[in-house]
This record gives sequence, structure tokens and C-alpha cells, in this order.
Amino acid sequence: MTPSPTPHREDALNATKLRVAERRQSLMVLALTLPAIIAVCLVIVIPVGWLFSLSFLDSNGDLSLVNYEKMIAYKSYLRVFKTTFNVSFLTTFLCIVIGYPLAYFLSQIPRKYVGLFMLTVLLPFWTSLLVRTYAWLVMLQRNGLINNFAIDLGIWDAPVKLAHNLNGTLIGMVHIMLPFLVLPLYAAMRRIDRHALQAAANLGATPVQAFWQIFVPLSLPGVVAGSLIVFVLCLGFYVTPAVLGGGKVILVSMQITAILEDQFNWGAASALGVVLLVSTFAVLLLASRFLKLDSVMFGRR
Amino acid sequence: MTSDTSASLSISVTELTKTYGKVFALNRVSIDVKAGEFLTLLGPSGSGKTTLLMAIAGFNRPDSGRICFGDDDVTVLPPHKRGVGMVFQNYALFPHMSVFENVAFPLKLRKIPADEKRQRVTEALQTVQLSDFAERGIDQLSGGQRQRVALARAFVFGPKILLMDEPLSALDKKLREEMQIELKQLHRQLGVTTVYVTHDQREALTMSDRIAIIDHGELAQIGTPREIYNAPANHFVASFIGESSFFPLTKNKSGTLHYAGVSVGKVPNRATHENWTLVIRPERLSLRAPKTSKNTDKIYFSGKITELVYQGETAIVMMVMEDGHNLTARMNTRAGNDVDSLRVGQNLLVGIDKQDVIIIPGEAS
Repeated sequence: MTPSPTPHREDALNATKLRVAERRQSLMVLALTLPAIIAVCLVIVIPVGWLFSLSFLDSNGDLSLVNYEKMIAYKSYLRVFKTTFNVSFLTTFLCIVIGYPLAYFLSQIPRKYVGLFMLTVLLPFWTSLLVRTYAWLVMLQRNGLINNFAIDLGIWDAPVKLAHNLNGTLIGMVHIMLPFLVLPLYAAMRRIDRHALQAAANLGATPVQAFWQIFVPLSLPGVVAGSLIVFVLCLGFYVTPAVLGGGKVILVSMQITAILEDQFNWGAASALGVVLLVSTFAVLLLASRFLKLDSVMFGRR
Repeated sequence: MTSDTSASLSISVTELTKTYGKVFALNRVSIDVKAGEFLTLLGPSGSGKTTLLMAIAGFNRPDSGRICFGDDDVTVLPPHKRGVGMVFQNYALFPHMSVFENVAFPLKLRKIPADEKRQRVTEALQTVQLSDFAERGIDQLSGGQRQRVALARAFVFGPKILLMDEPLSALDKKLREEMQIELKQLHRQLGVTTVYVTHDQREALTMSDRIAIIDHGELAQIGTPREIYNAPANHFVASFIGESSFFPLTKNKSGTLHYAGVSVGKVPNRATHENWTLVIRPERLSLRAPKTSKNTDKIYFSGKITELVYQGETAIVMMVMEDGHNLTARMNTRAGNDVDSLRVGQNLLVGIDKQDVIIIPGEAS
């Protein structure tokens, strides 16, 4: 039993001096964070606020909801959003399917070799997005590397349509998004206690049982973290789907460009941007409902 | 595995060798652990004691040698088929499972029916006094509670061998001492053969039926705590277990060993060593009251006090002898010993019974 503290007295020894020192210290901390706060306001709060306000103006500059009404009225908008979510979901799923074994491999080899293999993941990451996308176009087109190669080997007879459709879009997007999944997943897998797997074996688990019952559940936070990053990035992706989709796969970002280029309608484009932003937040909110995002994103326990 | 239905199995390790590069982690180590025995592997860090435990558990593959459980050779058997329970140093609990699920894990793997599983987990949690914690998450437990969960998980499936790798090293001193007694009682209750690794000599003395001291990958000595403490085989064991002062002995032609002209004993039969060392345990020394005469059954040391350390129940008196050797004495602080009156710089005469002295081969270093 600890005695309850005696009520604080204003005239206690040095009370005033200590309180002033405390306040001065908090002011100092605030002063130090001020540049960051100003920077955030300038590059995030003001542009997004401006975008937000634009979306509520019609072509004459009057306050109206016409931009949002149009989005509900025209089915094409709904289709674009549907496509965007479908493509993002498929990309994320394929990234997990390809990235999980890769991250597992990286997490199991000795640390000194990780750098070498990580390079193969990161090298494309450091190359220009546009260059990589056009490289895929060269490889995937009708008379491209892959089609020619496959026909020469007799894998298929006639050229398969790999670019300018959903196939091309997914191949390109998965390739570009893969590092965003592999890196957090690898980090999560490295954090898994090696002894937990030894303990599982000791308690009678075969390597397969230990993998599915211990390793996979413990790596899930990494899967969630990586998937969210990939999914959110996909929602606003432009270059790769625009080039490899060949106009067949229209995502929200492409729709925004189209509206700006064809109609120069800032209000409608802003409204699309706002809806995309809101739906991104909705995804994150939904994910946080079901998963402990705190521990996933910020490493809290 | 064997169909033996008794609670425990013996372990027989024969000439086990494991090298890492050119370093011997284990060098032809042979140890027999009797069924139901509590054996401690004691040694400094890097001595190879954990390597030996991991080899018994099946987590590392020795270069040569044999490991048997009872009559079964398990040398090449993978860990999940060995059926031994193990408590890891960092507990290695499964953080995504509750306490109950952790303890139930080995039973689930063995496809034990739900009713029996629930009953056995409940019993195991009762044994480690965690009945009220079954539904807790691992991150809601204190270090001592995690320790108990790890323990319950290791014995719930009825292994005939239990291995523990420094299980108490992460706990604070008071809790550690409580757990030592609890583990000892649990061992008696379960009757399971236990191999326990520690670098803490007091822990080893407290808990073990026998202690195996490992040094540089080799077995230095194996014996009961009393044997190890009262008759250390060499300098390493004498200095690693308990505190000791060392003095070089001179040997005369008849094989009697002397220190400062006083005969302290004879060279043991069959021993061929040239050099011998006298080992003095500090608590076996006593102060001689100035007025009493010298006792012929005792050996006396005279020196100057260099340091006094008060430690509550005992006080340490450090002295330097006239010939320059250091001697440490540990005195009970009861009033009769009058240790409070001692002063640094004062000359002091301390004595030890001849039957309390230890003689080991080799030079004093």
C-alpha cells in the first residue's frame, strides 16, 4: 500500500520555479516542431483544401454540388471506380502470392546474403518508373519478346494479347508494387523469434505444421502492412496502367487526366480526387476495424 | 520412441563432438543422465553447455558422437520426433495464442480429444499456479508468469525428458530464487529426467542432483553439489564454484604437502603431478580469539587486512599474507565474531580445520 500523495501546495519548496521550467521546456519542444508543422500545412493541408473547395464549384465559379451529382448520374464514373478497386485488389493479391515466398526466402537465408538478393528486388525500384513501364510494353506487345519466344518454343501458336489490356496492366503494376510488399513483409518475418519455431518443433510440430501454425500467423502483420501500402498506392496509380492498359483499363487517375485535358474542368477533376481520397480513407478505416493497424504500421505492441 | 511407460528416460551422451569452424564447441563429451535425475550443465558463457543441450533437443547436429534416450539412439532423429519438453531462455511462447492455446499446442498436435485436452491444460496451469490466466494473451503476462507458461507447455504432453536453457536468467533475483525452489519441487512431483543449463553456480548448487561442469567444450567434472564444492577436480572448477583462495604447496620426499612449513596433507594415491595447490573456501575460516592457544588440528594464516566488506549476514575480510598471497575470509556477522571491531591495516590470524582444506593438482595462478 502506497500512501496517497499529499495535495500539491503552491508555496511548496521551489514549486513556482519548477513549474516555469516545465512550461519553458514544452514551449521549446513546440518551437522545434514548428517548421515541420508549417511545411505540412504548405504542401498538404492547403493544396488538399484548395482541391476540396474547387470540387464544390461549378463551371461559372458558383457554389454547387453539380460535380458530385454528375458522378452519381453517369454510370461510367461508377465503372471507373469499380475497375480501380478491382485492379488494385488483384494487384495486391498477386503481390502477396509472389512476394510472400520471396520475403520468406530472404528471411531464411543468412543476413550477409540478404543484401545481394535484396538488390534484385530494389534495382528495378531505383530505375525510372516510365522506363520500366515501356520496357514491359516492349516485352509484352504482339511481336514482343515474350510472344516471339513463346511461339518459337511452341508454348502457344498465335500471339497472345499481353499488353493494352488487363493482363498488361496487372503484370506491370505487380512488378512495380512488389517491393512495397516485400520490404515490410521481410522486416516482419525477420522479427519472428527463431526460438518460437524451434519451440514448435520441440513440442512435436513437423516443419510444415510449424510453418502454417506459427510462422504464417506471426508474419500476418507484415502481410497486412505491405498489402495496405500496395493497395493504397494502386488506387492512385497512373503511368503504368495508362501505358500498359492501352485505354482499355480506365482507372480514376486516368479519368481525372482525361477530364482535365478534354474539358479543362477543374471542378469535376477535383471531385473525383476527393472521392478517391475519401474511399482511400474508408479502406484504411475498414482495415483498422478488423486489424490492429497500430501494431502493423507503427510497431506498437 | 520407446514403449516404456515410466515417467522418465535416461540420457546417454557418448563422445559428442561439435566444431564451429576450427573451434571445438564440444570436444568428445560423454555424460550419462540417470532416469529421473536433475542434472545441471554449468559453465561460463561460450563453454558449450547450450550447444550440448541443443544437441540433445535435436536443434544442432553434432559432427560425431551418439545420443541415446533410454535404449533408443536418437542421434539423427529430427527435433519434432524426439518427444522432449524444452523451456527456452527467452520462453519462446507463441505471441498470437492465449495462455491456454500455448499450453494446448503440443496436445493439439498429438490430436488429443477436446475434453482431455482441456483437462490436461487446466491441470498443467494449476501446477504452475496460473489457473486464472488461461484466457490471457502472452503480452499481458509478467516475466515470471511467461516463465510458468513456458514450463507448463513443456511438460503438459508428458515428456520423459525435460530440457531447460537458462530459464530463470531473465527474472529478478528474488523471483529467480523462488522459482528455483518451485522448479525443484515440480521436478520431484513429475519425476521427469531434467537437464538444466545455467551459468549461475548458486542456482546449480540449489537445484541439482548432479552438476556437470563444462569448460571450453570439455567436461571438467561431474558430481553431486557436495562433491563439486568440497572436492573440486581442478583449478577451474575450484574457482568457478564458490569463492576460493589459492596457495602453492611444496612437496617433500615422503609425499607430504606443506604450506609455509605447515603440513596440510598428503599427495593422493596414484597421483603423479609435481605441483599441488591449496584451496581455501572463505567461509571455512574462523577468527582465533587472541587468548586461546593454537589448535593442532587447524592450519593458521597470518596477514594484514586490506579490505572489509559488510554484506548483511556475512562480512568479507580480505587479507594479504606475509608471503604476498591473498586470502579471503567470510565471517558470520553474529556478535560473538566481533567483526565490527576489525579495521583495515590490522594484523589478523585466521584458522581452518585440516579436514576443510582442499588440495588440487596444478600450480596456483
